[in-house]
Amino acid sequence: MALKILAATRKGLFALERTGTRDAPWQVAAIDFLADNVSMVLADPRSGHIYAALDHGHFGVKMHKAEAWGAEWTETPAPAYPPKPEDATDKDMWGNPIPWTTIRVWGLETGGPNEPGVLWCGTLPGGLFRSADHGATWEIIEPLWRDPKRLEWMGGGADLPGIHSICVDPRASSTVRLGVSTGGIWVTRDSGATWSNEGTGMWQDHAPEEHKFNPNGQDAHRLVQCPAAPDRLWVQHHNGIFRSDDAGQTWKEMENVKPSSFGFAVGVHPRDPDTAWFVPGIKDERRIPVNGEFVVTRTRDGGKTFETLSKGLPREPAYDLVYRHGLDVSASGNDLVVGSTTGGLWVSDNQGDSWSQAGVRLPPVYAVRFVDA
Amino acid sequence: MPRVIFAQALKRHIACPPLEVAGASVRDVLDAAFAINPRVRSYVLDDQSHVRKHMIIFVDGRMIRDRTGLSELVTPTSEIYIVQALSGG
Repeated sequence: MALKILAATRKGLFALERTGTRDAPWQVAAIDFLADNVSMVLADPRSGHIYAALDHGHFGVKMHKAEAWGAEWTETPAPAYPPKPEDATDKDMWGNPIPWTTIRVWGLETGGPNEPGVLWCGTLPGGLFRSADHGATWEIIEPLWRDPKRLEWMGGGADLPGIHSICVDPRASSTVRLGVSTGGIWVTRDSGATWSNEGTGMWQDHAPEEHKFNPNGQDAHRLVQCPAAPDRLWVQHHNGIFRSDDAGQTWKEMENVKPSSFGFAVGVHPRDPDTAWFVPGIKDERRIPVNGEFVVTRTRDGGKTFETLSKGLPREPAYDLVYRHGLDVSASGNDLVVGSTTGGLWVSDNQGDSWSQAGVRLPPVYAVRFVDA
Repeated sequence: MPRVIFAQALKRHIACPPLEVAGASVRDVLDAAFAINPRVRSYVLDDQSHVRKHMIIFVDGRMIRDRTGLSELVTPTSEIYIVQALSGG
């Protein structure tokens, strides 16, 4: 077994390996779906299967699956919405009918270790899907899709709302938390039969007073949960960085985060809930590194303080932006990878103390994943 | 029988040779074509069986307007041409 990296990009799925010694640069070992838009990738450590979500634009969203690293890809059914009732009233922010069709796969995760075939898939325009058979079939989670509060969701980063973060609780696979842009944090404790929009303390400074603290209006850019301490959740929010110590019931905003508390991505150490990484940018409408200095920030004390990590990251002005799935932490917690919208990809094997750039300029990176294969 | 032709761009992703199938409307013809080649269906139609946003269907050179019902009539000699719209990039 050796650590590998998958990078889902605007123009294909890139597999990277380290050739030779531990210090050797990461190189492209394989390219699949070259020139196609790969919005998401998932490697299932339980089965070894790898899943890729493609967005062909004209031809719609397609799912592909490989049974193992390097194996041939097969197209499998994509999550599909049920027939839209004649009397459906859901409308987007502009009053247009919400399409009941999969626009983008924006979140893809495995179920728990006790449910080996289970996958969860979050989509635009806001539907959550579950597969019980390794992606051979998908079912929409009707109770969430039919929840009247779903109609209050708005686009966040896209015209339509979407589910981008899916955290299956390591204590009970029936408990699943979602991050929605924009719809805050949603949780089920019965495998999807019932849902609630939970959590107080997140706020958005751009909203009118009545909506500032509305849990269903929060733009949680990315939600992660510490596997070894599952009550600890981190959110990189549109308005800053938030931490929960009670599994999402309450949220506390981190203060004095330099160079910025704005960003999209967050990763948490799998065993140390106080250690988390972020990729900061100038907030809101600018979305570029502060002063052109591309850095990663790290806290080791639960957000009381943050370090700026830059060794091995570009010294010259760089305007790389890292999307919400563009940062991953390995199962050991030692390895980090970040991939940017300008095609940079950097890897660290010492928790971010130093970084090395992969030997390739990639297309815009949407998602990165470590794979132990 | 009406003849269904798929654009070259589709063939990069999926095998879709021309098909000759029976039917009186675009919907009839496409249903018959997708019965023969089921995989191509989701490349042309969305989850609601409407024409995908950035796809266009021509019948004998005229672009169809009923993109949800696909109700336009066809003749036994019609040519149904399915192509990607440049609106999709």
